[in-house]
Amino acid sequence: MIPAPFDYAAPRTLEEAIALLQEHGDEAKVLAGGHSLIPMMKLRLATPEFLIDINGIPGLSYVKEEGGWLKIGALTREAELEESPIIRARYPIFADATKLIADPQVRNMGTIGGNIAHGDAANDHPAVMIALGAEIEITGAGGKRTVPIDEFFFGFYATALQPGEILTEIRVPVPPAGTGNAYHKLERKVGDYATAGVAVQLTLDNSGRCTAAGIGLTNVNPTPLRARRSEEALVGHVPNEERIALAAQYASEDCNPTSDLRGDEAYKRAMVGVLTRRMIRRAMERARS
Amino acid sequence: MKEITVTVNGEQHTASVEARTLLVHFIRETLNLTGTHIGCDTSNCGACTILLDGKSVKSCTVLAVQANGKQIATVEGLAAGGELHPLQEGFKENHGLHCGFCTPGMLMRAVELLEKNPNPSEEEIRWGIAGNLCRCTGYNNIVKSIQYAAAKMRGDELPDTEPEFV
Repeated sequence: MIPAPFDYAAPRTLEEAIALLQEHGDEAKVLAGGHSLIPMMKLRLATPEFLIDINGIPGLSYVKEEGGWLKIGALTREAELEESPIIRARYPIFADATKLIADPQVRNMGTIGGNIAHGDAANDHPAVMIALGAEIEITGAGGKRTVPIDEFFFGFYATALQPGEILTEIRVPVPPAGTGNAYHKLERKVGDYATAGVAVQLTLDNSGRCTAAGIGLTNVNPTPLRARRSEEALVGHVPNEERIALAAQYASEDCNPTSDLRGDEAYKRAMVGVLTRRMIRRAMERARS
Repeated sequence: MKEITVTVNGEQHTASVEARTLLVHFIRETLNLTGTHIGCDTSNCGACTILLDGKSVKSCTVLAVQANGKQIATVEGLAAGGELHPLQEGFKENHGLHCGFCTPGMLMRAVELLEKNPNPSEEEIRWGIAGNLCRCTGYNNIVKSIQYAAAKMRGDELPDTEPEFV
């Protein structure tokens, strides 16, 4: 399978890339890792006339903590995220997620920015970012703007990114002490999209009461979904079995999965419940350790 | 057409390619290095795995223009000076291949795996080759082949090579 013809440029600066994006408008696509875009182009599901390869632009790949934020450059490869000492030591949820994203070769190419900018509810980082309360930095001709993750996803492949803009950084608030997080997705085989996936971050105070909760769901809604009622079921309470069961029930009720080859609607709802329960427990264990 | 220059197995090549040319087609059809296979053509099977600047990637999902200025290593470059690479020896000694179609991709993936982790556990090897499919179901012997190569590269005693048939 070969993509339809297109023109290609590999700019060396962000300014050049944005100028090209503005010049070509809707006909242009940004090429980062390319492991969502190129397969779609090979199947002719995407036929951009112009590809702007941002891989040669320096300064877009990093993982650092700064001013109370974990900052991740949009061009950071999944493999780099997986191997980052900061991530390994302090953000186990990314280790949970990246291990389950496709396979090692794909993770050598795929980027975290692309995973989010693609706007696919089946991708794993969006739910993680919802749980973590991330912000997305977007750069355009007029400079930079920041969009909270809850205002980033609009619909199937539709995001807050406008023509002429590039996602440049993902920012996650450094979690306070007593915080734990976890992600898991049920997949039929390595490399498959999630049948269902659940990301949880919880903060517990000294008495074991939950002071903050973030819960994001993968591939069970047209957009990545925040399980708001589940979060509310936990905050202000000690997450005992009853509270956890309630949060799981709400997540299972509030998602909108479609029946497909990965399972029918009822099965997916049930799995959302199971995963929510398990990820809350895992996040709590990590919060305490 | 775009002009690209790549270094493949140590040798520099310059060629004109269409922007849409996939790296695997460039390697097989322009450079005539047909050791790199096309299996699924959808980035699932890993038969087309090569090293791009030392990292294992699926060359069916990379554009040839993306490789401009980079180093490529394919299976043809593994046996330096005619001597089998420890991984090739491992696959030979442990019945690590049957039909052989997945083998070049398995080998190239394993090169990076062992570079990052010279002493992998069985589980780490299995996760490490999770992006490579073998339809002869030879995974047990492939894992043993990689363990053999890892031992050889570390200078450790070589494990038993009795093939495992299950």
